[in-house]
Amino acid sequence: MMKISFTINGENQIVDVDGETPLLWVIRDGLDLKGTKYGCGKAACGACTIHVEGNAVRSCSYPVKMAEGKNIITIEGLSTGDNLHPVQQAWKEEVVPQCGYCQPGFMMATAAMLNEIPKPTDKDIDQNIINICRCATYYRMRKAIHRAAEIQSQSPSL
Amino acid sequence: MFSVITLGLANYSLIVKQPHSTIEILSSDEISDDPNAEKSFDMMMDVLMHKRCVNCHPAGDTPLQGEDSHLHNFGIVRGEDGHGLAGYTCGTCHQEENNKISGVPGAPEWAVAPAEMVWEGKSRVEIATQMMDPARNGGRTPEEIEKHLTEHELVLWAWEPGIDAEGMPREKPPVPVDEYITAVKNWIHAGAVIPAQ
Repeated sequence: MMKISFTINGENQIVDVDGETPLLWVIRDGLDLKGTKYGCGKAACGACTIHVEGNAVRSCSYPVKMAEGKNIITIEGLSTGDNLHPVQQAWKEEVVPQCGYCQPGFMMATAAMLNEIPKPTDKDIDQNIINICRCATYYRMRKAIHRAAEIQSQSPSL
Repeated sequence: MFSVITLGLANYSLIVKQPHSTIEILSSDEISDDPNAEKSFDMMMDVLMHKRCVNCHPAGDTPLQGEDSHLHNFGIVRGEDGHGLAGYTCGTCHQEENNKISGVPGAPEWAVAPAEMVWEGKSRVEIATQMMDPARNGGRTPEEIEKHLTEHELVLWAWEPGIDAEGMPREKPPVPVDEYITAVKNWIHAGAVIPAQ
């Protein structure tokens, strides 16, 4: 066991846990943040995508010991107060989810991409958003990602 | 017949002998007349041509993975700096050490080699030639190549490749790490002579 401190969704946290524990376990079972999902457990599907230091990370394959001192954002922390993140707004407008299970991971991956590519092309989306949706909502997601880019461009503070 | 190309490296010249396509990196101070240099070269190249090395020196933009060196799943690409694209980087999945739970391999500076360092599909002479060519090796001197090959954690990861997602150990290079390191040093200190094809 080891004590590990990090910031998650703006709050400081200290956890006392086996350092090899996947960060996903700590987030869901330790901190009771259930928005981030377990999918494949081997960093393949992207359902567990979160942000660590602003970068998309597959939390099922990220030992919690590596989170020491880091800034972590999960889907619960993507919005700012009552203001939904542009990606969340777009996802609602385009009614993207079907079963919804994988969507938090997609939204986190999309938010990370838009930070680097504010106006992505279809090719950018195809190359950068490599999560897996078994409901195959890819078409609606692509529309929503373009819409999120529009919303974000009108919100320069984001 | 041979021509001498000055590389701007202290104490080193690249000598290309024709028609045998032999390249020698010569150092006036450090060259030894090591009769085992060619054996060292072969031992080094047995490692460098192993899948643990070649998988990240692919011929295309997509790295290879697995024991069968298939194209990396999910359409992963090299990106401008060898670390993937804006929305995902190698570090999205690969951390600084192997993950024993998920089976995802990891080591510091996990990345795809630059496009000018393609090894896949090339002969050992072609690989060694480009590896020692500053125009294609990131401007490295022979000393820096030696350091990269024998000390870089990402290279030495090949002998601690961990297990895959099914819990199966990944294959290690065919030469023990200590023998490999000795071979690299012997070869470079003997002048880094690349045998003819």
